[in-house]
Amino acid sequence: MDVTPSTVGATRPPLWRDLRVLRVVIQIVALAAVGIVLYVLWFNLTNNLRSQGIRTDFGFLDQPIGVNIAGSNIGSGATVRRALGVGIRNTAALAVVGLPLLTVLGVVVGIARLSTNWIVSKLAAVYVEVFRNLPPLLIIVFGFRAVVLRLPPPRDPATPFDLFIVSNLSITVPGFTAVEGFATFWLTVALAAVAAGGVWWWRTRVFDRTGKPHHRILWSVGLVVAVAAVAYAILGRPIRLSIPQLNGRAISGGFTGFGSFFAVMGALVLYQASHVAEIVRGSIQAIPRGQNEAASALALSPFQRMRHVVLPQATRIAIPPTINQYLNYVKNTSLAIAVGFADYVNIAFQAIGNGQPAPQLILIVMGGYLFFSLLISLVVNILNRRLQLVTR
Amino acid sequence: MWMRRNLFPTWWDSLLTVIFGVVAVWGAVTLVQFLVTSDYTIIRVNLANFIVGRFPRDELWRPAVALVVTLAAIGFVAGVASAAARAVALDEGSSFRSASFVENLRRQWPLLVTIFVVLMLTETWGPRLTVLVAVAAAFLAFIGGKRAPAAVRRWAWLLALVMLGVAYAILVVAGGVGWGGWGGIQLNIFLTVAGILLAFPLGLVLALGRRSSLPAVRLVSVSYIELIRGVPLITLLLMGIFAIGFFLPAGIRPGPVARVLIAITLFEAAYIAEVVRGGLQSVHHGQVEASQALGMAPWKTTRLIVLPQALRATIPAMVGQFISLFKDTTLVSLVGLFDVLTISGVANAQPAFLAQGLETVTLPFVGLLFWVGSYAMSREARRLEKRLGVGER
Repeated sequence: MDVTPSTVGATRPPLWRDLRVLRVVIQIVALAAVGIVLYVLWFNLTNNLRSQGIRTDFGFLDQPIGVNIAGSNIGSGATVRRALGVGIRNTAALAVVGLPLLTVLGVVVGIARLSTNWIVSKLAAVYVEVFRNLPPLLIIVFGFRAVVLRLPPPRDPATPFDLFIVSNLSITVPGFTAVEGFATFWLTVALAAVAAGGVWWWRTRVFDRTGKPHHRILWSVGLVVAVAAVAYAILGRPIRLSIPQLNGRAISGGFTGFGSFFAVMGALVLYQASHVAEIVRGSIQAIPRGQNEAASALALSPFQRMRHVVLPQATRIAIPPTINQYLNYVKNTSLAIAVGFADYVNIAFQAIGNGQPAPQLILIVMGGYLFFSLLISLVVNILNRRLQLVTR
Repeated sequence: MWMRRNLFPTWWDSLLTVIFGVVAVWGAVTLVQFLVTSDYTIIRVNLANFIVGRFPRDELWRPAVALVVTLAAIGFVAGVASAAARAVALDEGSSFRSASFVENLRRQWPLLVTIFVVLMLTETWGPRLTVLVAVAAAFLAFIGGKRAPAAVRRWAWLLALVMLGVAYAILVVAGGVGWGGWGGIQLNIFLTVAGILLAFPLGLVLALGRRSSLPAVRLVSVSYIELIRGVPLITLLLMGIFAIGFFLPAGIRPGPVARVLIAITLFEAAYIAEVVRGGLQSVHHGQVEASQALGMAPWKTTRLIVLPQALRATIPAMVGQFISLFKDTTLVSLVGLFDVLTISGVANAQPAFLAQGLETVTLPFVGLLFWVGSYAMSREARRLEKRLGVGER
């Protein structure tokens, strides 16, 4: 046998088989290939745009959009920049209203699927299986054409319970209005919240030192609620429930949204909640049965088992995929274009239809979603690192 | 006893049972009422449109024969997979039993009901005969796949691809219609299958690149994957329709379906890359170390040791990706392609059915087609997952 000593003087492999050389060469080749592809695309793009007389800069953002955007108060005189801003606001409205709703619905249905009550778990299963396997676009279109458009016309709207005003153009739900003293009220509550954080820390210290039950949630939430209640009374009810009123054809009070807004939001909440429900169910089932049995052996009550043993572990499993579903929800709001709601994509689409340059506008829209997605991924990564169990 | 235990153990459960029992009964009654009282003329008249879109009516034998060939290919692959699972089980000394007819029926009854419903909506014998022949072909191919010698089983995937190519050729060559003229659910299925097949090689390369030890390669892969996964599909479709022409040399102007297919491929590759990455991560590192100890070259380690195990582990997730693309193909209706969702809008705009609120008939029908496809595939994926023992070792 011929043993090669791995010391100085050993024959080095020829260059084309030297791993250190190969690694560098492969990377250069890969980067060069990507660079060439990008260059060819860029070359074609600028060439084509120039030969067709389409501008390649972003100066069009400050020019009038030249088209009345349906479903918003944007006239043809507004700049493209302002119109896109309204689009972002509308997309954000879909997210702000929809995300809490889908979370609550998903968690409730996910827990209901694990219920020992036969009919409750079966109904939850039917809901999940039906909505999970339908295309979201189809649900949105159905919600708009078969539900919203069949509501009564705006000149003769329905007023169920005298709390809602419903027509096929817009839907008004009860909301809140701020009156005088509103800012002071929020300031007080914010200060109370900071103080509650301090109380939380103090109770934890007490618990660490003495081992007495800390009740930190009771203490800190109780503090905020108490301060809020006192401030609310002293400041003379600064936030009031606003119930929509119908005066002839004008609607005052409440929160008014286009029918298309509710169609998109409702359909996507139903669709995405079915996914969240599956995540919740899977996360609870993923907790080893031994955990539950050990908790029983420690004589914890069923509620305590859920609260202190199962849920903390299930939450850790459920959070990353749930945030992924939130991202999917936000990306799916771009389907609002199907029912004419003026979201971010729809406004860019209408601007393109009116002769604004397509490549730049699509890049701007993609950039907007990308920025948001990467921001959320960053948060998820940080969260993951903090939530990960420290194992040996 | 069963009712006592599962419906009325405590007063709280009894309350829930009563409330949700009423909801369930009300829902069931409403559904049955709707199904019985609806007028299905609009679907009866437009059934061919829903299935093949504007495909010339004289050439309908082409989709029919293509369907038979496609189902035969699926049956063959299923037969081979079943035989392979059996071989693996026998190798490990565990018992293996194929599902009985009744078990298959219990698992896939929605699919059968849907086929039955669609056949009820037609008056001609062509579709009925097609379905009969297609089912028979699938069954024979299944038996054939199960009995095929090991040498044939090894190349089953290639044979299935060739059969898909033959189905495509039947639709297109000698007086047929190219994909630009396809429509209906046929277009959705085509975009799904073609999208996955075209995106798979790219996705595989991206996944290997993301796990590479070379920083530059990793950077390129990660950037591409995160870039694509961060934007909605609709923006890529808009890019495909409005702007892809700008990125190509003058003179090359692909048709709308080709543009959409390019967008779908680029989109899907990033997602497939993530699926494959999951599979790669599931391969134990000891496998790589063992093959290195045997003196295998890096490329051989990947091809012979890592990829076979990784790809087997990705099968269920890949089916999930297939389902989600199938649902996403409805988005092409937003950029003017005649997919099944567009067709339902067209049907509702026909003079005979205009403004009668028949969306409550057409959209649920389209929904049924998608729902059954997705549900059937996810059931099979779950079964496959158990059979392959994914995640159990």
